[in-house]
Amino acid sequence: MIINHPLLGPRDAQEFVYLGDAALIHRPNGMAPDAEPAFHDYLYLRDNPAGTHRELWYHEQGDRSWLVVTRNTVTHEITAVQLARDVARSEGRSK
Amino acid sequence: MSRITGGQIDRSKTLRFSFDGQSYTGHPGDTLASALLANGVRLMGRSFKYHRPRGPFSAGSEEPNAIVQLHNGARQEPNTRATTAELFDGLAARSQNCWPSLKFDAMAINDRLSPFFAAGFYYKTFMWPAAFWEKVYEPIIRRAAGLGSLSVADDPDEYDKGFLHCDLLIIGAGPAGLAAALVAGRSGARVILADEDFRMGGRLNAETFEIGGGSGADWAAAAVAELASLPHVRLMPRSTVIGAFDHGIYSAVERVSDHLTAPMPGKPRQILWRIYAARAILAAGAVERPIAFENNDRPGIMLAGALRAYANRWGVAVGSRMAVFTNNDDGLRTAVDLRSKGLQVAIIDARLGDVVIDAAGRLGLKSLTVRRASGQIETLPVDALGVSGGWNPNLNIASNHRARPVWNDQIAAFVPAPRSIAGLVCVGAAAGQMSTHAALQSGAAAAAQVMSDLAVTPAVFDLPSAEDAPLNLTPLWYIAAGKGRAWIDQQNDVTVKDVKLAKQEGFVSVEHLKRYTTLGMATDQGKTGNVLGLAVMAELTGKTIPQTGTTMYRPPYTPVPLGVLAGRSRGKDFRPTRHTPSHTWASEQGAVFVEVGMWLRTQWLPRDGETTWRQSVDREVLQTRASVGICDVTTLGKVDIQGSDAGLLLDRVYANGFSMLAVGKVRYGLMLREDGVVMDDGTTARMAANEYVMTTTTANAVPVFRHLEYCRQVLWPDLDVQLISTTEAWAQFSVAGPNARKLLANVVDQDISNDAFPYMACGAITVFGGLRARLFRISFSGELAYEIAVPTRYGDAMIRALVDAGRAFDAVVYGTESLGVMRVEKGHVAGNELNGQSSALNMGLGKMVSRKKDAIGMVLSQRAGMTVETGYRLVGVKPVDPTHSLTAGAHFLATGAAAQAGNDAGWLTSVVHSPHLGHAIALGYLKSGDARMGERLRVVNLLAGTDVAVEIVSPHFVDPEGGRVRG
Repeated sequence: MIINHPLLGPRDAQEFVYLGDAALIHRPNGMAPDAEPAFHDYLYLRDNPAGTHRELWYHEQGDRSWLVVTRNTVTHEITAVQLARDVARSEGRSK
Repeated sequence: MSRITGGQIDRSKTLRFSFDGQSYTGHPGDTLASALLANGVRLMGRSFKYHRPRGPFSAGSEEPNAIVQLHNGARQEPNTRATTAELFDGLAARSQNCWPSLKFDAMAINDRLSPFFAAGFYYKTFMWPAAFWEKVYEPIIRRAAGLGSLSVADDPDEYDKGFLHCDLLIIGAGPAGLAAALVAGRSGARVILADEDFRMGGRLNAETFEIGGGSGADWAAAAVAELASLPHVRLMPRSTVIGAFDHGIYSAVERVSDHLTAPMPGKPRQILWRIYAARAILAAGAVERPIAFENNDRPGIMLAGALRAYANRWGVAVGSRMAVFTNNDDGLRTAVDLRSKGLQVAIIDARLGDVVIDAAGRLGLKSLTVRRASGQIETLPVDALGVSGGWNPNLNIASNHRARPVWNDQIAAFVPAPRSIAGLVCVGAAAGQMSTHAALQSGAAAAAQVMSDLAVTPAVFDLPSAEDAPLNLTPLWYIAAGKGRAWIDQQNDVTVKDVKLAKQEGFVSVEHLKRYTTLGMATDQGKTGNVLGLAVMAELTGKTIPQTGTTMYRPPYTPVPLGVLAGRSRGKDFRPTRHTPSHTWASEQGAVFVEVGMWLRTQWLPRDGETTWRQSVDREVLQTRASVGICDVTTLGKVDIQGSDAGLLLDRVYANGFSMLAVGKVRYGLMLREDGVVMDDGTTARMAANEYVMTTTTANAVPVFRHLEYCRQVLWPDLDVQLISTTEAWAQFSVAGPNARKLLANVVDQDISNDAFPYMACGAITVFGGLRARLFRISFSGELAYEIAVPTRYGDAMIRALVDAGRAFDAVVYGTESLGVMRVEKGHVAGNELNGQSSALNMGLGKMVSRKKDAIGMVLSQRAGMTVETGYRLVGVKPVDPTHSLTAGAHFLATGAAAQAGNDAGWLTSVVHSPHLGHAIALGYLKSGDARMGERLRVVNLLAGTDVAVEIVSPHFVDPEGGRVRG
């Protein structure tokens, strides 16, 4: 596969490490009263779509960027690649 | 069977080669198969199951029968197709799957016993008694099964991997591929043209068709010459594209040296290419298929296209009295071509109602039994037969992404689905366009379209005139006459009867058919047999072929030697080796090294007179605890963490707190995964208000750094914190033992007295009058200890300086074994305890998990399942009888309890001999272990056959009060 890195252009997937669903961005607040069930769902319940999937990849043999790659799990077509930091910020994550 | 005129072989040169020890000659341009046929050798192999005598069935890589072993000694290579092996002087080939000889094969008894060996016989025959499987059946089957044999010697050749980029990859250099390459090459695009053959031109080399008024082979040669002159075109003969991967990546194996006795100096045997192609054209042609009839596997019976290829390309008449059995006009071309060379050819045209119903001649075809349309039965004395049941487009690569091929009634074959692979277009016979004109036209048109897609103006290409005859095929799959066996898949000995049996037993789906009968398996992957097998099943079930199923292919297209997949990643070069800064010094001292990940670390340093590792390790440990020891700890991961939120990041990634750590202090930190299991541990030092230095375990240096980046980019993107891995920037040494401070006082420029530099202090210092360094007062051994770091380029000088400074104290340098002994004596957890399943509570470190802040893993580490009181707890273990030894991995059992899983109470994680105590000691995870101090149990290792009485003790065997580290 080839991942079109937003800063570095097309790079071979061999340079990257895969993590999983980009839903991991939304880590619950560990100090909240319902933290335990929230973390259970966060960690163990994942969608497994046959189709479009947003997922986290890390450019380990490159610039160390974490990316959100939108990939079709059936065809492997990649339709979007964004810096995970930008995605996380735009989805309300901060400090 | 002899040479005739013509062909593309160089008769001015003679090549000597051998087959089964017999010497023969051939010419440059020959394959092993063509040269053997020219020498009158038709028998080249034995079939897999029945050991039937077999000769070449094809003239290409689809070959199921002529599978031989090439080369001698370490270069011996089994399962090579004689039909593609390029002849060279000195080639040594042997038949395989036969004993004692090819002509008399003892295992041919299987053929007589064939009623017992029908499809599925394994499943039926070897069912009982169950105890026989492992001892009797499996060894017998293993001995009988398999094709060829390995030399079991190291492969003496080198292999390489390479990367290529192009605008257009063209797979196959027949008329369609050459036309496409001419258009794209003349347009100035970067073109790669790859073909598995050593001579480009595809079928044009095997046919007598004219192109543009001249011979097709000449046209191909001229096209190749023009392409070779174009600077952006790369011609890759002897290169098989083995698969299509995602996003325009293709893989190809180039046989650089297989046509030579041995690779030229500095050249690899083969190269695995990864080709990045903006677009690709599949012009892989088509593979002919047979019609099945009784005994259709006799040597001398081959595909009609192969029979004329041997005559036209290699100047070989396979027989003296030949025949053609066909259901289409292309088969007739064989008769026309052979007759034009003055050879005798009978025609059996199934469309006229004539069929072949049997063949005789065990070691080579002698005669055919033919049933004429009138019903009359005739015997034809022939020694070679060409069979044509039509042609199957070579769509293998196009189905690599699971696009289902579609049935084309016109040619009664599957053709690639449109857009089967993004960026790839199929042309010519591979797309079901069977005439030469259609091949040239579709190849040129596809390339022009690619040029337009890539915004390149397509060059002019005047389509040369070429034949455009229809196939006129009337489907015919097998002849249902007689009781004998008619072969579908010759390599796996799958017959029409086997397909009938599969149907009868309910294995009707194409996937079941394959697994039940082995149709389409092994080295040829059913290139000639698959569609035929499907067609027979379709007839039996009364369905159409597309209703019955399709055949799809995974990479690789043809078998690939494992060596080329490994490339240079073998032996010592399997992965890089990292040397520690003290490596040169340690090598000079005769150190024994151990691989730790990519690192080579000193395991121990033998001294004169020491004959066992224990002597060295005991000495190193005792000397360190008595005076002082030095150890290279550079391999531990180091991360510099800087920024106004550095402390906040550490609070989030460590279970315990770091933002309140005083500047100039070090703290032990425990890092959890989000599920509450311990991920890593180490110490982190606060060098300045906004600057920390983290250490990780050697094994987790990379994953922890990745995790830290994940935390600061993905989870908390606005943290003001920067990271850099400094593992390789600092050479770090542990100096441990009662005399550690005295030793370092001769090295460090600053005051490091206990008051000035107390336990868990850290700081930027200088050594030897000004070299910048870092000093950490931390201890893994339980002794007064420091870790001192200097820039890596001074690492070699530093180990020598430390050893010099240590002479006055009889300092010892110790390795990883002694490191391990001392940490177990002290009760520190390491890799064996950080096993990816254990929590802080398991390790006796439960109180370190702060619940006052949100850190990764905090919430789930408090889950009910993780906090049960009866869970595993870290304990110390010693044998009741101090002379007894212990083995790591042994399980705890109560006295008298049976050695069953239900009684298992935990296991020993780390075992060492403690020279300090004079007996074996261990750490282990024991259920409710913290409440069982003093209890007596057994540790049982059923594999080693040991059962030892032990006492549960505190894991702190040495200085449990910790006075030494603070002294």
